[in-house]
Amino acid sequence: MTAPATHGAATERRGLALPSSIDGTLVTLVLGAAILWFAPAGMGRYGTYVLSLWLVMSIAVMGLNLTLGYAGLKSLAQAAFMGLGAYATALLTSKLGLNWYAAFAISGLLTFAVGLVLGFPALRVQAHYLAFVTLAFSTLIWLILRNEQWLTGGVFGLSNIPRPSFLSVKLDGALEFHRFVVVVTFILAAALWWMIRSPWGRAFMALRENPVRAASLGVDTRMYTLLAFAIGSAYAGFAGALYAPLVEFIDPSPFSLSQSFFLLLMVVAGGSGYLLGPFIGALLGVVLPEWLRVVGSLYLIVFATIVMLLLIACPQGVSGLIERGWAKLTGKAGGR
Amino acid sequence: MKMQWILATALSAALGLPALAQDKVKLVDVVELSGAGATAGTNWKNGIDLAVADINAKGGILGKQIEITHYDTQTNPGNTRAAVQRAIDEGTYAVLGPVFSGPIGASMQIAQRAEIAQFVGGEAANLTMQGNKYLFRTSLSQTAAMPKIAAYLKNTVKAGSVAVVWVNNDFGKGGRDAILPELEKAGIKVAVDVATEQGQADFAADAIKVKNSNADAIFVYLNEEESARFLRAAKQQGVTKPMVGETTLLGSKVIELAGEAANGVKGHVGLSIDAPIPAFQEFGKKFQAKYNYVSDHNGLKGYMAVYMIKWATEKQKTFDKKGVADTLRGATIKPSDEPGIMIETTIEQNGDLDRESFLAEVKDGKQVITATLPKIKP
Amino acid sequence: MAEFIAYLIAGIATGAIYALAAIGFTLVWQTSQTINFAQGEFVMLPAVLVLLAIKLFGAPIWLGALIGIAAFILIFGAGFKLAVVDPMIKHGVLPLAIATMALSIIMKEGAKDAFSAEAQNFPSFVPTQTISVFGASISLQHLAIIIVAFAVIGLLQWFVGGTRLGRQMQATAQNPTVARILGIPVERMVLLTFVINAALAVVASALISPIYLAKFSNGEVIGLFAFIAAIVGGFNQVRGALVGGLVVGIVDSMAAAYISTSYRLAVPLVLLVVIILLKPEGLMGRKEERRV
Repeated sequence: MTAPATHGAATERRGLALPSSIDGTLVTLVLGAAILWFAPAGMGRYGTYVLSLWLVMSIAVMGLNLTLGYAGLKSLAQAAFMGLGAYATALLTSKLGLNWYAAFAISGLLTFAVGLVLGFPALRVQAHYLAFVTLAFSTLIWLILRNEQWLTGGVFGLSNIPRPSFLSVKLDGALEFHRFVVVVTFILAAALWWMIRSPWGRAFMALRENPVRAASLGVDTRMYTLLAFAIGSAYAGFAGALYAPLVEFIDPSPFSLSQSFFLLLMVVAGGSGYLLGPFIGALLGVVLPEWLRVVGSLYLIVFATIVMLLLIACPQGVSGLIERGWAKLTGKAGGR
Repeated sequence: MKMQWILATALSAALGLPALAQDKVKLVDVVELSGAGATAGTNWKNGIDLAVADINAKGGILGKQIEITHYDTQTNPGNTRAAVQRAIDEGTYAVLGPVFSGPIGASMQIAQRAEIAQFVGGEAANLTMQGNKYLFRTSLSQTAAMPKIAAYLKNTVKAGSVAVVWVNNDFGKGGRDAILPELEKAGIKVAVDVATEQGQADFAADAIKVKNSNADAIFVYLNEEESARFLRAAKQQGVTKPMVGETTLLGSKVIELAGEAANGVKGHVGLSIDAPIPAFQEFGKKFQAKYNYVSDHNGLKGYMAVYMIKWATEKQKTFDKKGVADTLRGATIKPSDEPGIMIETTIEQNGDLDRESFLAEVKDGKQVITATLPKIKP
Repeated sequence: MAEFIAYLIAGIATGAIYALAAIGFTLVWQTSQTINFAQGEFVMLPAVLVLLAIKLFGAPIWLGALIGIAAFILIFGAGFKLAVVDPMIKHGVLPLAIATMALSIIMKEGAKDAFSAEAQNFPSFVPTQTISVFGASISLQHLAIIIVAFAVIGLLQWFVGGTRLGRQMQATAQNPTVARILGIPVERMVLLTFVINAALAVVASALISPIYLAKFSNGEVIGLFAFIAAIVGGFNQVRGALVGGLVVGIVDSMAAAYISTSYRLAVPLVLLVVIILLKPEGLMGRKEERRV
């Protein structure tokens, strides 16, 4: 837990594998979900909406965190995968009248499958070729979303996307839908927590720390990297499936290449390789602009500068900073 | 573990509602200040700021000073929706912006549900076709402008075939979808249909394509910079057929950037600081003095949007939010009643505008108005 | 046929622009094994800085150019290396690549807020006339870009292969540890590469901006195409940038002409994927061993 940051995340991660700290993460998730369930009280529809948006983006960042933070792969298409999920869900629910839950599952499966197809040839060569292939994919998806107006509504987008209902409860209201988002986010985060802790997850980490050693220990490197990327992409699909009914309108702009870059920055800002990092990263990316309204459009510079400084001072992001601070505190107070 | 608590507390503190000032009227502008719409959005914002400063200097609306806040949407529909919701939660009197049609589409239901008037800069035809009683344009819609272009191409330019060059965003696509049926009605053939990207690297290939189509005229519907760069590329490739455009192509920004290549360009102009109306030219000078560059039509739109709100409020003599929309629908605002509106403007039931517009030509680096077209329903 | 030649020449002219911008990708890659995602902004910014210097100090154009260019090379050549690359490279190349994404946002938004959201004219150092080649017209500006792109790449090849300093640079690029043992001032060599990169960005900016206009968002498109060009041509060879740039420029022009204007961007991207599948090291690149 108190490993110096320069050692990289290896030792910390081993620390996280301890049962006690794992439970800490899970307890935080449960507590966080409980707080967020009640948080919107007195916040107004705007506050509630921003909270929901934050959670939805967190899901996409979580997926990218698996790809980047745990498997060490650079994907430049997370926003495009989110777009695939969002458009799939929007079209299936509003045009075909399909149930949202089925659309959600299809969105995840679709992005998972596309992830496999994209990752397979790229990872055959070298890890950084995934960045090149996803860059191309990202732009191609954007072109299709924009040009195929008969299907996607083109530049004018798709509107009137229905919100799901739970059993017989309608989730059209801001608060009801927010609670629904909280539950889905919690399930997805818990699933990821379980995945990281499983033998699977350990293989992911071994891979990131030292691919050659992992390979020599019998980890099928290519299969695991590929799976990490595909699952990460599926999370983007899930995020998209929630984004569409949340905003009730989609057009190609939130799924462009620059948004994929932005998502990468969120992973790093929050702390790549930390389960809770994505929540902090998405907080900085989604909620920070709302806090920084005094500076207007300067907030992008502020955000990017924060990321740069973090990368220079503490590449483990805010999570790493908190961990360091915590270690210092407990160290001084003698375990408190 | 504590983190979540801290986050939640900080969040609720930050997102809580600030108290409303009593002696002020709060207006929120939700606009594209970063991302693809930054150029249009910045003009719109500056126009609004100029109007607010003018109105406040003259005593405000019904004695109340305007307090204007701008929220950046990052040209992202999700954020736009958040910002409009925020504006309404914070008790804005009316919503100004956004300018791009996509973000407008994402946010207009919010203002509609809250029964608050929203003044947008979008020109796409479909916006006012959805029965939203709270949405108001600040410029002519493309469906109003394109028939005028088609008539101009047929009667004045006498073109039998036209090459259509458009930018593939909501503005350009909307314009292209609106002009094609008008051309067909006028019996004009579309020789070639060229889509371009906003911020496209090079226009040489497009210019060659247009040249090879041998069309009698070229209809150019691009944003400012792209217009200028296309004009230059066309000149370089030796395209000699007349270039016809709508408002942006004849704007001063395009003329400034394209230089000589802009000479001879002609077409229809909705709002323009070069229009033969003293108020427009005066606005142009004020804008230039304050921001040190020349306003495009989005600056004018933002300026007039604030005056539309002022006029409606003074007409109903009270700060009734819902009333703003009711008062404006079907109204005609005359410059003699409200000088800030600059040109007589009729607001139709669906939120579209009707005003006089102009035919113009670029001569020696200046926009010259050749004719004034009457309102569609005078 | 005349039509085909016109498209070809337009493609070559645009391709030379991509090539000029792509050289920076290959240079930075060779010395730090990282992708500079701010490369497009590196080409956008010098022109904006020059205009800004003219605007702020009311300086004549030559002085403004001098101030702007000096400021750029200092900040984004030496400064970039010292403030961004040095502290980060020890954490590995991934954080560095991501830091350049953040840098690109800072440069872009900074240019917008400090200068203007609008495009501005940038004076051309080359006459703007057009001449006719095989019945197709090409401007002297484009011609100058083609000549400069070839000249710069020729010079770089000569410098790297034919001079002592250049060979030291190359040795540093290939194996810094061995270079250090051999007594080569590795740090200075890396710094030199970054200063050269910044100077090249200035040249590219001065030639491109009169055509593309000076605007904060220019870097996005130039950066994307230069990136594609560098991958297609081969990341680890300077001449890869030239070949990649020209190929991408011509393919783009042909796609607009004969395939579809709304999908023209897709064609170079498909080319990129095909290259990765068939010849991952790029058209001109040499194979790299798998790094451990």
